Amino acid sequence: MSLAPLIPLFPLAGFLLLGLGRRRWPRSLVGPLASGMVLASFVCSVVVFFDLLSLPDGARSVKHVLFSWITVGRFDVEAAILIDPLSIVMALAVTGVGFLIHVYSIGYMRDEPDYVRYFTYLNLFMFMMLTLVLGANYLLLYVGWEGVGLCSYLLIGFWYTKDSATNAGKKAFIVNRIGDFGFALALMMLFWQVGTLDFGGVSAAAADTFVVGGTLITAICLLLFLGATGKSAQIPLHVWLPDAMEGPTPVSALIHAATMVTAGVYMVARSSVLFVMSPQALAVVAGIGAATAIFAATVALAQSDIKKVLAYSTISQLGYMFMACGVGAFAAGIFHLMTHAFFKALLFLGAGSVIHAMAGEQDMCRMGGLSRVLPQTRRVMLIACFAIAGIIPLSGFVSKDAILWGAFAGPFHSTVIWLIGVLAAALTAFYMFRLYFLTFEGESRWPKGTHPHESPPVMTAPLWILAILSIVGGFIGWPHVLGGADWFAHFLEPVWAEMPAAAHGSAATEWLLMALTLGLAVGGILGARYFYVTQTEKATALATRLLGLRNLLAHAYYVDTIYDRLFVQPVVAGSRLLWQYVDVYLIDGFANGLAWVTRGTGRLLGHFQTGTLRNYILVFAVGVVLILGYYALAWSL
Amino acid sequence: MDTQIIQWLLAIPVGGAALIALWPGRSARVARWIALAASLITFAVSIYLWRHFDPALGMQFETEVDWIPSLGIAYHVGIDGISLLLVLLTTLLCPLAIASSFTSITQKERGYYAVMLVLEAAMIGVFVALDLVLFYLFWEVMLVPMYFLIGIWGGKRRRYATFKFVLFTMLGSLLMLVAIVYLAAGAYRATGFWNFDWVALSGLTFAYDVQIYLFLAFALAFAIKLPLFPFHTWLPDAHVEAPTAGSVLLAGVLLKMGVYGFFRFALPWFPDAFATFVPYLIVLSIIGIIYGALVAMVQKDVKSLVAFSSVAHMGFVMLGLCALNIQSLAGSLLQSVNHGVITGMLFLIVGMLYERRHTRQISELGGLFKSMPLWTTALVLATLAAIGLPGTSGFVGEFLILVGTFKVYPVAAVFATFGIVLAAVYMLWMLQRVALGKITRPENENVTDLSRRERWILVPLVVAIFWVGVYPNAFLDKMTPAIQNMMHEMYARQTTSVPAVDSPQLVVEEERDAEQP
Repeated sequence: MSLAPLIPLFPLAGFLLLGLGRRRWPRSLVGPLASGMVLASFVCSVVVFFDLLSLPDGARSVKHVLFSWITVGRFDVEAAILIDPLSIVMALAVTGVGFLIHVYSIGYMRDEPDYVRYFTYLNLFMFMMLTLVLGANYLLLYVGWEGVGLCSYLLIGFWYTKDSATNAGKKAFIVNRIGDFGFALALMMLFWQVGTLDFGGVSAAAADTFVVGGTLITAICLLLFLGATGKSAQIPLHVWLPDAMEGPTPVSALIHAATMVTAGVYMVARSSVLFVMSPQALAVVAGIGAATAIFAATVALAQSDIKKVLAYSTISQLGYMFMACGVGAFAAGIFHLMTHAFFKALLFLGAGSVIHAMAGEQDMCRMGGLSRVLPQTRRVMLIACFAIAGIIPLSGFVSKDAILWGAFAGPFHSTVIWLIGVLAAALTAFYMFRLYFLTFEGESRWPKGTHPHESPPVMTAPLWILAILSIVGGFIGWPHVLGGADWFAHFLEPVWAEMPAAAHGSAATEWLLMALTLGLAVGGILGARYFYVTQTEKATALATRLLGLRNLLAHAYYVDTIYDRLFVQPVVAGSRLLWQYVDVYLIDGFANGLAWVTRGTGRLLGHFQTGTLRNYILVFAVGVVLILGYYALAWSL
Repeated sequence: MDTQIIQWLLAIPVGGAALIALWPGRSARVARWIALAASLITFAVSIYLWRHFDPALGMQFETEVDWIPSLGIAYHVGIDGISLLLVLLTTLLCPLAIASSFTSITQKERGYYAVMLVLEAAMIGVFVALDLVLFYLFWEVMLVPMYFLIGIWGGKRRRYATFKFVLFTMLGSLLMLVAIVYLAAGAYRATGFWNFDWVALSGLTFAYDVQIYLFLAFALAFAIKLPLFPFHTWLPDAHVEAPTAGSVLLAGVLLKMGVYGFFRFALPWFPDAFATFVPYLIVLSIIGIIYGALVAMVQKDVKSLVAFSSVAHMGFVMLGLCALNIQSLAGSLLQSVNHGVITGMLFLIVGMLYERRHTRQISELGGLFKSMPLWTTALVLATLAAIGLPGTSGFVGEFLILVGTFKVYPVAAVFATFGIVLAAVYMLWMLQRVALGKITRPENENVTDLSRRERWILVPLVVAIFWVGVYPNAFLDKMTPAIQNMMHEMYARQTTSVPAVDSPQLVVEEERDAEQP
């Protein structure tokens, strides 16, 4: 009996206990109960992970069927859990980071009156996310996919009296649904082509069903990817994620940085068998990923809200992960997914600690000089910034380097993609240290009456654990060229489809490229230091000179406005017209007209109904004469 | 008991109604409890039916007694996998609708509860009748209590709404009566005896042009009931004016009779005609899905929003019928039941709000979560099911319909799938404006939350939503053999001279589907 089915069941139990018990729970128990459930999941995941490791390489894919879910004719979908290297890595990352964020939330949400509702949603989220990563077929993946979308909706709009929050939640759900539209269609196509939605079945049948580069497989992959762009906030469906920052900060860390938004990457990686058969689709994935990476990085340069910077940074980093998948470096993509979960969760929780200290202030222009009062937060944030900037030997360096190397020399490599990746890396270092310097260094620009204070240990302890993970997380995938074994990539190897041989660049080239990106990252950091610490007036001067560009970036290229004018407003106005014109005027007009004619005819005929016997006899006689006449005529002719 | 069980289903509500009428005194309290008890016992009987139903047996629990032998009219009833769930839906919704009326109906209560019970019997009768005269009788009799429900206990514009409702429905059913008589005459020509029996008439085949007329006569009646665009305009008016319980049964059960009619008569009997009209029906279904959603989005009254959402949802059901494969048909039937549960729940929730706030205008609501957390939770759950979130019943039904449709009409499936996006738009927007945000009007501040009675009305529906969503096979297993039977009959009767609508390969494929155990 494996512990695998228990992994998602613990948070489900937590959700049900909290949701049904509601206010009956003593406040002090709620947080520990919710966190405990996630911890139990994590422990189970660890056990299952070691069970899996004990199996030989080729046998590391175990399916646990729970029950038969939907069966109609050939359409037969099981409720089943798949344990393989990919799903267990995801489960470990989700439950591990999830647990830390649960614990952090106990401190962060301490003063929240709706404490129970918060943890109820959070546990539901964990259940859905685990369904997503552990489900053994596409339909269960879809269940988790929509489920986490629901939780995201509920948690973004957690403070439901704020219109901005409920709007953001609704926007997130609807934009995601547009992506899911593609996902759902892909599932239907896939089912009728392959005859199953089971991951194993699809992998086994794909090669015989599809032609490499064919229209069908490309269509399926692109539709799947449309789903991924929704969930993982890629162009053109990225617009919901920045708004999603309306939710509580730990939620931003868990759902909108570390776990849920990476679901798209997981889905593409999970479908590697399909994507590899369509180089066209892979090119689109890589292209959209690269475009999003650089687009979001430029927008992050001009944001003054600390959470918005992190949101755009997340979009940009997700772009990296798709870039990796697009060039066939799936392992690198998942590796970056994991390390990003560590340092981005840390950045968000650190930002949360700052916001907590500043009594809700999120504008970096009103921060500065916080290093004195928030020494612990500052230290962990610095570590996270180094990690995301890609400074050796932190985790971000290792995973980002793996992606860039894949783009340069992988099976579907592209120099353009690689170049964009390098550029975005430099920008990343710049905007992240802009954030760091604006927040912690320089003079304090706090509003009057602010008394920042360091967060309690229940919040700082998770920060430190994440900081350590951000530092050492890279070592499990330390590249060969630096004397490592790249264990992570080998562990995941059996999951991927067979790919064309990589273009094997030489070690010297790898060294050179590594040095180049590292140099650019350091340049970015120094640039940020120049503008935001030593020569602050230069930054102001530059901003005034490039006011147009700055506005363009600050408004994220006005994409929201364009969508609103192009889609939202016309649809609402058009629907009003439809209702008032077609329904009320046209159809009802017709029906009422018919009724009017009927009533009119009735009145007219009513005149004959005089009640006088004589008239009836007359009419009767006329009728008889007419009928007889008709027959007489017919007979004589 | 088995042989008489359907008679019990019909007799208990009628007996309850009689008891209310005969009970000495004019106590409304007694009427309420008699009605609730009668409908609950009926539900219990239907559970027994459910437990003892064997999907492998086809038509069962049959009773046949001569009624007017000279015309071949008999009292013939029975249940198969197609009607089973619809009967259960009816017996589930009736007690809930009755319980929801305890506080909302304050005048002529004895008459009200008697009418409700008569309505229940008539609705069950429609689903179990196997003689066409009996069927037609129940079909028309059902209109009478509904007419009174809206006309006496309805809202301000109830007169207009009742007339429109009755006019639309009668228009369809009269043509159906003509078709029924024609069918019986067909039996007379073939055998020398009049016969209105469903089983006997199922043996007849008709020339293509005759099929066309017969199909049109039946289909119009069913399309109006369903309702299919553009025959839907009676629905929003009837719903807005009907009392809550009326809306629940109207959306929950009456609309399903259109679906049932297609399953029981129009599809198996007139396959060639159906094939001819399928393209038009698909276009109308798609228009219904998109149009219903768009118009629902801009409604100002919550109840008419839910009514228009019904148009969209029933568009899905019709689409599933048109695609004619086992997945789409099973999805269609399951989604009919789901829609009854989900929309019934939405109407109950809106009714509970109306009792407190005496308004359904979205602009006058807002921020209700604060004072009514339980009510809002119920609304959220119903909303999630309505927008087809996985894990709820709405997902299973819609997805089966879409999967089935995609196989044969991929373009239609694409449009329909887009309808799911729109569903999220109008439902979530409504939710936001009604329950979230700041309280802008003082009347919304101290609204009392759900009472114990109201909670127990909603709990069974929530259970149904998640039961079907998590373990749909419990229900699909009961219905798929019957649907496969129907498909067999249909293909057996299909002549080769069908003006080809679809590739012949479709039929072959379906046969394979149908033959799967």
